Amino acid sequence: MLYAVFCYSQEAAVMSWSKAKEDDLMQRLATVQEKLVADGELGPHGRLMPTTAATTIRIGRELAVVDGPFAETKEQLLGFYLLDCETFEEALEATRKLARERESGALELRPLRHFVPGKTLA
Amino acid sequence: MNDPAWIDAALAAARPQAVAALLRYFRDLDVAEEAFQDACLRALGKWSEQGPPRDPAAWLILVGRNCALDGLRRKAKFEVLTDSPPEEDVDEGEDELVDRLDGSHFRDDVLRLLFVCAHPSLPPAQQVALALRVVSGLSVKEIARAFLVSESAMEQRITRAKRTVRDAQVPFEAPGAGERAQRIAAVAAMIYLVFNEGYAASGGEEHVRVALCDEAIRLARLLLGLYVGESELQGLLALLLLHHARSAARVDTDGNIVLLQDQDRSLWDGEAIAEGLAMVDKIMREGPVGPYGLQAAIAAVHVRAPDAKATDWGAIDRLYALLETLQPSPVVTLNRAVAVAKLRGPDAALALIDPLEERLASYFHFHGVRGALLLELDRREEAREAFGRAIALAHTPAEAAHIRMHLDRLGGVE
Repeated sequence: MLYAVFCYSQEAAVMSWSKAKEDDLMQRLATVQEKLVADGELGPHGRLMPTTAATTIRIGRELAVVDGPFAETKEQLLGFYLLDCETFEEALEATRKLARERESGALELRPLRHFVPGKTLA
Repeated sequence: MNDPAWIDAALAAARPQAVAALLRYFRDLDVAEEAFQDACLRALGKWSEQGPPRDPAAWLILVGRNCALDGLRRKAKFEVLTDSPPEEDVDEGEDELVDRLDGSHFRDDVLRLLFVCAHPSLPPAQQVALALRVVSGLSVKEIARAFLVSESAMEQRITRAKRTVRDAQVPFEAPGAGERAQRIAAVAAMIYLVFNEGYAASGGEEHVRVALCDEAIRLARLLLGLYVGESELQGLLALLLLHHARSAARVDTDGNIVLLQDQDRSLWDGEAIAEGLAMVDKIMREGPVGPYGLQAAIAAVHVRAPDAKATDWGAIDRLYALLETLQPSPVVTLNRAVAVAKLRGPDAALALIDPLEERLASYFHFHGVRGALLLELDRREEAREAFGRAIALAHTPAEAAHIRMHLDRLGGVE
């Protein structure tokens, strides 16, 4: 069985961490993550850039590209994709293709700050 | 959770929001600051026992307000109305306040607080000091160290600034759209000043200067988080990220300035660059592109080049030309001249900057750039003269040392 884990926290507080605290936490997490990858339990994982780097595609009768993160609380996170594109324009186009088949909701496009491929998942 | 650093980070993150709301309640910076301090003291006790509240900012606002009201009542020689500690009734009130904080009401609070610090009646140095003290919560001692002045001088500067903004009476009603745009522009300029204070100064202690750059980036994030679609705020954040990303390569181990073309690009901060570039992509796609966005786009061209030789000077020339039409300034033309020199040679660049001589006569970089162009043309006497004028105008030992190096080279041959 595959499981996804999503990380939630207050961005402003995380952005206020000192460099030392940030490095320390990331180092400790990396140790755990590497162990989980070695154990064959952890696949691709990464860290997102801040929400200020996000673009949202609102799905309605037409697709509306809106600057900024997905901000509604009435909708729930139902799935995710990872894209590998050269430019923002290409990533946006790929997201549009994924959005066109949908009837409602939104897709948030956000660059990754950091990525580890981890174990190749079956 | 047994690491108290999380409380410090949570308090620092909540500070702008909390002080901004307290300023609206009490309409006085000193009262708002003091109320926040009291709330922080109580948070240290309460949070380390019970963990963080659902919304730290809301908690601090309520507790701070209660503390300040208690204090005001006592000062007014009223009876102390309650014996219970100020945080007692917070839990019920918090949910309601959290909901209200999501509204635009709260955005205007934070913008007002930032605008008070960026008020046009304050000279730039006072804007920066006030923002660092009130919004960022740096101690007077830290700010004094960043500005290389005594603590008492900085204390006076901040007190003066507070008096000025009190007299200026920034209205507490929600601003109209035009007024809001003006405030955002003033605050963006102030944040840029904070960054520049950390970036350009090369006196002072290294870690203090880096702290100012970090703080400016944090403020830019805060402001952009409030006004997500604002293209110029995206531009500002991108610009600061792309500049800051290069800071480790800007000065060598002896404290000498290393020019962009000579920097070790492996020292650049890859994550900050990636974020800055992602923002520039968005700006160029969405538009409208303003002065900050254009400057960020120029910085992006530089960092996208794998080495200095591969720099797309044509793109930089075009972006500076756009910036010249948007924001005509001799300094912009001077910067453009550097690109022109790479594209069409030092003669063309000199022709571009010679007409600026009168307006930039007291500008260090004008004489520095001019000297370098003259040197390239082997007009050694004139180069020596230009460098001589630059060195007299240098603001920092590193700037002076950099020009001295050119002069030494000129002198050494003859």
